[in-house]
Amino acid sequence: MTALTDDTLPSTPRAMRDEMIVFAVMAVLLASVPFTGIYPFFVMQALCFALLACAFNLLIGYGGLLSFGHAMFLGTAGYCSAHALRAWGLPPELGVLVGTGASFVLAVVTGVVAIRRQGIYFAMITLALSQLLYFVYVQVPFTHGEDGIQGVPQGYLFGIFDLSNATMLYYFVLASFLFGFLVIFRAINSPFGEVLKAVRENEQRAISLGYKTDQYKLLAYILSGTLAGLAGAMKVLVAQNASLSDVEVSMSGLIVLMTLVGGLGTIFGPVVGAFVITAMQQYLAGFGQWVTVIQGAIFVACVLLFRRGVIGEIAHLLKRSL
Amino acid sequence: MAQAPAAVTATKPVLSVRNLEAWYGESHILHGIDFDVNAGEVVTLLGRNGAGKTTTLKSIMGIIGKRTGSIGFGGKEIIRASSDRIARMGIAFCPEERGIFASLDVRENLMLPPVVKQSGGLTLDQIFDLFPNLKERLKSQGTKLSGGEQQMLAIARILRTGATFLMLDEPTEGLAPVIIQQIGHTIARLKKEGFTILLVEQNFRFAATVADRYYIVEHGKIIDGFANSELQANMDKLHTYLGV
Amino acid sequence: MQALYAQLLVGLINGSFYALLSLGLAVIFGMLNIINFAHGALYMMGAFCAYFLLSLTGLGYWWALIVAPIVVGIFGMILERTMLKWLTGLDHLYGLLLTFGIALIIQGVFQNYFGSSGLPYSIPDQLRGGMNLGFMFLPIYRGWVVIFSLVVCLATWFLIEKTRLGAYLRAATENPTLVRAFGINVPRMITLTYGLGVGLAALAGVLSAPINQVRPLMGADLIIVVFAVVVIGGMGSIMGSIITGFALGVIEGLTKYFYPEASNTVVFVFMVLVLLVKPTGLTGRAA
Repeated sequence: MTALTDDTLPSTPRAMRDEMIVFAVMAVLLASVPFTGIYPFFVMQALCFALLACAFNLLIGYGGLLSFGHAMFLGTAGYCSAHALRAWGLPPELGVLVGTGASFVLAVVTGVVAIRRQGIYFAMITLALSQLLYFVYVQVPFTHGEDGIQGVPQGYLFGIFDLSNATMLYYFVLASFLFGFLVIFRAINSPFGEVLKAVRENEQRAISLGYKTDQYKLLAYILSGTLAGLAGAMKVLVAQNASLSDVEVSMSGLIVLMTLVGGLGTIFGPVVGAFVITAMQQYLAGFGQWVTVIQGAIFVACVLLFRRGVIGEIAHLLKRSL
Repeated sequence: MAQAPAAVTATKPVLSVRNLEAWYGESHILHGIDFDVNAGEVVTLLGRNGAGKTTTLKSIMGIIGKRTGSIGFGGKEIIRASSDRIARMGIAFCPEERGIFASLDVRENLMLPPVVKQSGGLTLDQIFDLFPNLKERLKSQGTKLSGGEQQMLAIARILRTGATFLMLDEPTEGLAPVIIQQIGHTIARLKKEGFTILLVEQNFRFAATVADRYYIVEHGKIIDGFANSELQANMDKLHTYLGV
Repeated sequence: MQALYAQLLVGLINGSFYALLSLGLAVIFGMLNIINFAHGALYMMGAFCAYFLLSLTGLGYWWALIVAPIVVGIFGMILERTMLKWLTGLDHLYGLLLTFGIALIIQGVFQNYFGSSGLPYSIPDQLRGGMNLGFMFLPIYRGWVVIFSLVVCLATWFLIEKTRLGAYLRAATENPTLVRAFGINVPRMITLTYGLGVGLAALAGVLSAPINQVRPLMGADLIIVVFAVVVIGGMGSIMGSIITGFALGVIEGLTKYFYPEASNTVVFVFMVLVLLVKPTGLTGRAA
């Protein structure tokens, strides 16, 4: 049975060097955005989704677990951060911490339940858990239901940097993204990451070699969920609101789509996918429900014809690890 | 190409395999298999584990994904055919793991393969004649039968189809001597009835009781072949090939 | 007390849909190894088919019960032949992704033409009104839905477990290669099985049309609950899926009476509990 990410090449020093070069290029390009005419708000949004997609990809690309409920981390961190910033008046760095921390707790609690099954069941369970949380958030007062939490203040980072200044905010978001990305990169290219890949390839064999595979999978899940929470907290700072749409199934589907388009199991794929899909969402905003149809069509096209995704295809052609 | 002296017949062989190569995914298992089976014969493929005997049977049955070469059956080329078409041409396969369905009872297992030839296969009564103990176990769940009974069932159900060319993969594996004897009797009776049988066996002492000819398979090729009459003369060779 | 029985009835009705849909999902999963995310969208198409049948041709409910499953079933078989077939041999998860995409397309297209609001479909004349049972008032149509669903579920169970056709299906679910080597056209069987599962979903859609409104997203939230039902029940047995479906519907109904705030989430909570205690589901064997 062809696994979702059979193509992942092994980490070699050369591969890592390639990846670091691409990372450096990416960081430089992104850092120069405020000096180009590009609308920073769009890039910030894309960066948040990029981190989200990378976190999701850690779980599926390296752990072999497809989570169809990652929106619950986005939404939970979003609501908690928004509440901390608005109702408790916390400064941005603490607000983000609160959101990320809430996501961490959620990841631990849901992980213990979801890890019990693999494959298709894991996907269905995460979907159901996410839906459960959605209904909770509809009713719980602090989320303000349909209205969502509006007017989230951006505040002063560390008391110094005024985040209502688009450029300041941009660099904060970029820094968080690069931080999260490096954490994932480090995790993948570590002994932990190697075991995770082994578990994905052949869990039975990993177990027979003495690895407690459930623990590794749970750890990957918690890491993935926490970083997704960081992305969610960032998103709230950027958009200045938190709403139910962040916890919907369609959001989870969007995250999957971004990673699929960019390339499951590749390192830079989710970033590319996030930018592509975010741009597409903006471009198609006036088309009503045709956006859904197009998203669906992209899903179908990717699964049938374009399984490796953009970066995956490029990596395959160049025979490099990307 | 190793040729085993065939029984003197004027007709063409029922099965004719030429230059058969086969792959399991990336693994190249068969490197050019050539052999014939004539009507009414019992031909045995001998060889060590991993030599490619089962792969050969599966290739003939059309179950292996990638295969090249030529397989002629009853005058038709079947190398490209799908397994259900091959079955309907009159070839039946009894796999090594027997393939008794756990979610079916014995009766359903027995009745599952459809009749593929107008002349029809054995009737149920004829089958119970050959395998009396199956009659009492009809309502049992398929896999609740003992190993020997499952083997009987696996052979019985392909007899119902009307296929006259049977391929049996290690029918005696893991079975008690008494059951092995029973299977030997069954195969002998089937031969008398005119069935053509291609047998894969590691237990050549058993094979010797039923086979007309042998082929030795090693590393995906046929490297030798001889008739039953020449068995004694080739004992040393056999010991080398099979490592027994 | 009346209210309790009324909620129980609603619960049984929802349970009927859970049973019909999880049955279809289980059958499809058994044969195709695909979790059909499009199931909710196909359920919706069944309801729309009934609506169109009435508004375009004047053919009513009784016709819809037969025509809609066939029409949507054929549509499903076309989907299987043109798209799902390409996934054989690939990881299960691709099936989930592909059918998710198909669901988005179907729902998106319907949303574009019909918006989000519901279209009306009236209860057929023969099933209007209600009966006074003493302890409660039973609307006839609702009683019909429960009984008819039960009959269809049991008939499907019988077909699969007790007939020759069902034996083919069970065998092909276990070992499709061997079944094909017996001369049975397994690919065609797979297509027909998908059609059967889809037909069951469409039938549920027709049953649902007079009660719930006919809306493009009517299956979208439902399918997630059905997934939870499937996780709870395990997909080990047909009867298990049926019983779990009805049971969870009833539990949901009871929750709505005693603790309404939790009625949307009780099935999911139940799923969490089952996962903690018996991960393979109530009837499932280890995956």
